[in-house]
Amino acid sequence: MNASTRIVEFLKKRRVLTILSAIIVIAIAWSYNNNPVVTQAVLASALRHSTPIVLGALCGLICERSGIVNIGIEGQMLIAAFTSFLVSAFVGNLLLAVLVGILTGMIAGLLLAFMSVTLKVDQIIGGTVINILALGITGFFYQQGLAGGGKLPIIPLGPLADIPLLGRVLFTNPPITYSALILVFLVHFMLFHTRWGLRTRSVGEHPRAADTVGINVFLTRYINVIIAGGIGGLAGAFLSIESVGSFERAMTNGRGFVALAVMIFGKWTPLGAWGAGLLFGLTSAIQTQIQFGGITIPHQFVGMLPYIITIVVLAGFVGRSRPPAAEGVPYEKEG
Amino acid sequence: MAKENNVVLEVRNITKRFPGVLANDDIDLKLNRGEIHAILGENGAGKTTLMNVLYGLYQPDEGEIFIQGKKVAIHSPNDAINAGVGMVHQHFMLVPVFTVTENVMLGKEVLTPISTLDKGKVADEIRAISQQYQLSVDPDALIEELPVGVQQRVEIIKLLYRQASILILDEPTAVLTPQEADELFKIMHSLTGRGKSIIFITHKLKEVLKIADHVTVIRQGKVVGTTTPDKTNESQLASMMVGRDVLLNVKKGISKPGDVVLQVNNLRVVDSRAHTQVDGVSLDVHAGEILGIAGVQGNGQTELVEALTGLKQPVGGRITLLGEDVTKANPRRITELGTAHIPEDRQRDGLVLPYTVANNLVLNTYYRQPFSKGGVLRHDAILQMARKEIRDFDIRTPSASTIAGSLSGGNQQKVIVARELSRTVKLLIASQPTRGLDVGSIEYIHKRLIESRDAGAAVLLVSSELDEIMQLSDRIAVMFRGKIVDILDAKSTNRREVGLLMAGVAREKQAA
Repeated sequence: MNASTRIVEFLKKRRVLTILSAIIVIAIAWSYNNNPVVTQAVLASALRHSTPIVLGALCGLICERSGIVNIGIEGQMLIAAFTSFLVSAFVGNLLLAVLVGILTGMIAGLLLAFMSVTLKVDQIIGGTVINILALGITGFFYQQGLAGGGKLPIIPLGPLADIPLLGRVLFTNPPITYSALILVFLVHFMLFHTRWGLRTRSVGEHPRAADTVGINVFLTRYINVIIAGGIGGLAGAFLSIESVGSFERAMTNGRGFVALAVMIFGKWTPLGAWGAGLLFGLTSAIQTQIQFGGITIPHQFVGMLPYIITIVVLAGFVGRSRPPAAEGVPYEKEG
Repeated sequence: MAKENNVVLEVRNITKRFPGVLANDDIDLKLNRGEIHAILGENGAGKTTLMNVLYGLYQPDEGEIFIQGKKVAIHSPNDAINAGVGMVHQHFMLVPVFTVTENVMLGKEVLTPISTLDKGKVADEIRAISQQYQLSVDPDALIEELPVGVQQRVEIIKLLYRQASILILDEPTAVLTPQEADELFKIMHSLTGRGKSIIFITHKLKEVLKIADHVTVIRQGKVVGTTTPDKTNESQLASMMVGRDVLLNVKKGISKPGDVVLQVNNLRVVDSRAHTQVDGVSLDVHAGEILGIAGVQGNGQTELVEALTGLKQPVGGRITLLGEDVTKANPRRITELGTAHIPEDRQRDGLVLPYTVANNLVLNTYYRQPFSKGGVLRHDAILQMARKEIRDFDIRTPSASTIAGSLSGGNQQKVIVARELSRTVKLLIASQPTRGLDVGSIEYIHKRLIESRDAGAAVLLVSSELDEIMQLSDRIAVMFRGKIVDILDAKSTNRREVGLLMAGVAREKQAA
């Protein structure tokens, strides 16, 4: 099979995806032609909206691919946002703040792994515990009026940043936004082309089969849930020290759950989650634009737009997706 | 002395206790190089426990294992693999959404210099193994799209890829059609021909006599005896296995067919992918007779039964039950007309495994008096009835409130039989009723089928076990590629004729 027939095959198989992408690209081109400044602003804002969602979805899918349901993404993000902010406020070192955020997420991941792998607690309850715990702890220790140590700076990527439209949207961003883009492709590569990925997926699909060929199911799940927690923590750090520059009560505002939905719409694949996350980010950005545009529809309804459009488009076009077979089931060794 | 060197595996005094059960009681076993050693025993006799001990999934409480004369300690499947012991489990240990290559390499991956998976290299190795042992399989195929027989080959390749020299096959023929089983036996011979040794766990007597070099019979965790096929026969093995004399051939009187109960005219059924599975089937089943449907699994029997029981809408034709057109009737209507259904997959379609035995026994009657009143279940009435049926049908369960999923296969089947046959039955549809059951349970189910017939029910028996069809049926319909190729009188036909029809060889050609 030569390259061109391969491409045709791919486009045929992913017809919906192809059509959808074509529509979006044409719409962007048309809009850029009419109003370059607004288009650029909307797209840049779309990418920024999607960053925590995509990171959260990666966190969810690394857990779920190994068989652990993580509905505690929201809580992991929230508590990491809080600790990052504290470090930035009291120490003032933003890099350290990001690292502490990641570490916090990993500790929350360790807690989830301990509950669901070792204690075999129902995983929905385990995740809920983390959500409630995060809300409680951050709410209790939060002091109003605490000033943060600033926001992560925007780093233009040299000549790349000068490309029209793309340069401003893709290559003029703060560090966590870049790392989210890198992580999407890195996780995809790791999951489908490395030993870790093969073993992770086997543990999520058929843990007993993995066990019989000498793979440690418990250890694999621990490692995955902890790594995933780190990525969830990065999403939290994004919110407090890259996006806003301060902390507010419950500032995650449901993004952890949106991330979960985006992961499902993306069929548990990093690239799929990225696409779904971008779509959500785009509709969010357009929604903000509409509200600024002074349309007389009550803003609550406009605010629903991203959710409704994401659900309609993805539920309507993506089709059936299949979760990892052993998801949510604690593994019991024989004997 | 030369004989001693030939022993590749020796097990001495293995004892394994579970709470309340002595699963293995002082078991000794010797396996020679290049032989097939059958371990024969009923379900629950301790065969699988012994193999899990050998494979490192269980730790024995007492006893020693020697491999190639050296004492070994096997604490995990990894230890077993390193010692050259591999196992094909009864339920395959394959990831359905992975390719053959991915499954084979899992746990023993080959990496490229940049640490990515080297699937090409493993695929080449699989092709080499396939060729060497005549195990044809496509390395790039997805497991879930392969027939069971091929999946089993993948399991064997997995062991050979790990350089196992001792292969344990746990009930390998339970999921296979007779043709696939014959194919497997060829593969087993090709393996032993190249110096591999095989432990073959089974409860099927014919297979043991056909293929094993040695037979060890286990009953209630103890070795009853070891022998060779030329020194024994089916009934001797059966009584060693069960501990009493067993009727291998069902006693049945002459049938007295009455009126037509079920009439099927030109029935057409398609599957979920719109492929025609039942292609113009017509047949009659009379009261007081057993009509056997013979055929290799996957020739439309499943869809035929689904249409007859109302689980699937036919796309053409007509089904008449006791004079009523039930072509479009729902399962409850068909059940209420007096149909009993023993489904092919008892765990998926026959029982709600997490429910209690009692609740499973009322799945078809729970909505009626006395089991429910005004939409509320009467648990006392249900339990009372359950206790009676547990006695009447000899279901071995700790209590009526035990979870059905925890019973043995034979007892699960008895729960279904009790539920279906405790009413007045006009039509009994039994699909693969003895698949995976032990000799004792098979004898029991066969007796019940004959009893239903003699009580005047029309019995439709679907089975891919040719012996079962030959023994029980009064008439035999052979199904091939969705069509009934012929309906034969059981008294005037033989295994060979039915077998050839099952394989799609028409009668005229047989004569020629």
